Amino acid sequence: MTGLITMDDLTNEQILSILDAAERLLPVARGEIYLPLLQGRILGNLFFEPSTRTRMSFETAMKRLGGDVVNLGDVKTSSVVKGETLFDTIQMVDGYTDIIAMRHPRQGAAQYAQDAARVPILNGGDGAGHHPTQTMLDLFTIKQAHGRLEGLKVVLAGDLRYGRTVHSLSHALTRFGCELIFASPDLLNMPEEIVSDLRSNGANVVETEDLYGSMADADVVYMTRIQKERFADEDEYARCAGAYKLHARHLSDVKQDMIVMHPLPRVDEVDPSVDNTRHARYFEQAFNGVVARMALLCHLLGVTVPAKIEGGAL
Amino acid sequence: MSNEHSMRRVTAIRNGTVIDHIPSGQAMRVLEMLGIGGATAVPVSLVMNVPSKKMGSKDIIKVEDRELTQSELDRLALVAPDARVAIIRAYSVAEKLSINLGEELVNVVRCTFSNCITTNLREPQSHRLKVVQRDPLQLRCHYCGRPQNLGELANNVL
Repeated sequence: MTGLITMDDLTNEQILSILDAAERLLPVARGEIYLPLLQGRILGNLFFEPSTRTRMSFETAMKRLGGDVVNLGDVKTSSVVKGETLFDTIQMVDGYTDIIAMRHPRQGAAQYAQDAARVPILNGGDGAGHHPTQTMLDLFTIKQAHGRLEGLKVVLAGDLRYGRTVHSLSHALTRFGCELIFASPDLLNMPEEIVSDLRSNGANVVETEDLYGSMADADVVYMTRIQKERFADEDEYARCAGAYKLHARHLSDVKQDMIVMHPLPRVDEVDPSVDNTRHARYFEQAFNGVVARMALLCHLLGVTVPAKIEGGAL
Repeated sequence: MSNEHSMRRVTAIRNGTVIDHIPSGQAMRVLEMLGIGGATAVPVSLVMNVPSKKMGSKDIIKVEDRELTQSELDRLALVAPDARVAIIRAYSVAEKLSINLGEELVNVVRCTFSNCITTNLREPQSHRLKVVQRDPLQLRCHYCGRPQNLGELANNVL
């Protein structure tokens, strides 16, 4: 069984088809239409690391489609604390469920789980590795705003070294011929092997420390959180964090249809003054997590999303 | 010193396996990777740092009364990719084998990335490194996808 471990598990055609299905599922995600496409199916939520949005949106997605969810619960009270291997945990949950969503602090855990499982695994983040379901909701948000994915100019800013979100997203955007600008402090640059992979896949990549100077003709500015614990001293953190703090006043010369995205939670990198501008898209982005994951659950469980969705209100 | 002279540093074996053209200084590691140690009952001869026209200097191993299999030999791709192997029967070369670096190294070495899932040694699934490029050799972990540092990798041989 193939799940979604990295974006390489999906072709461009599949990505676009899943995004189309997600678009059709919007009224279901909003609760306006009840469409129990996944009735009788069970999702296993295995979050070995804290998660709010990813875990809740998977749960909401499954329940909106009439399916059910079982949770690992707190790792501290599960068999993991007794020293159970991931392999054994997966053997157990594999028997209880039809599909598994998983987040794990170790890189490669999702592929490891997939190799051990009969059911598809949805990688909800593995260490600093991949986070493809986030990428799908990001792509959905971009396509919703611009009507296309091809040929856009996207600025990815902040912590590009440890942010798995931007790793998966930059791979996917490269496949759609987007121009990528990586704006980050030196310490938090995109890992060399990722830049080299992107370039060998034909990406047009520019690396810079200047966020504000990169935004003029951008279609998307994707902000990420700079974490204090990555820095050895507070002054260095303060200097870097200050250079990647987006305020409404920075948006006066950007393109009218440029959107500001953020995987959330944010700290100071997107000032609340941006919330009320036409550019802010991060709260819609968080909501889109539900609809993108609904479409992914249907795709991986082999359930066709109807071309036209009609139905009674709940 | 001729190659023939080097080979004669130890006597010819009647039956077994001769591994020639091992990079100088790697013979001990080759034995380790093949699981041949002090507890092995068969006689083993080892010649290290002998002159070689092709390599400058090289190591040679002769294992008596044991014919190494192709899959055992393929484990050596990491430390002795150009080694030449002869299976000896009744003092004559019965078969010539070479090391084949396949698409993947399975349970030969452990990923060098400290946060890879495979660093938990109790996890039972195979250690898998994919060959992404042969010359120069580039490997990536099947699970975490990290490129491997070949120098560090030599310390992670299973």
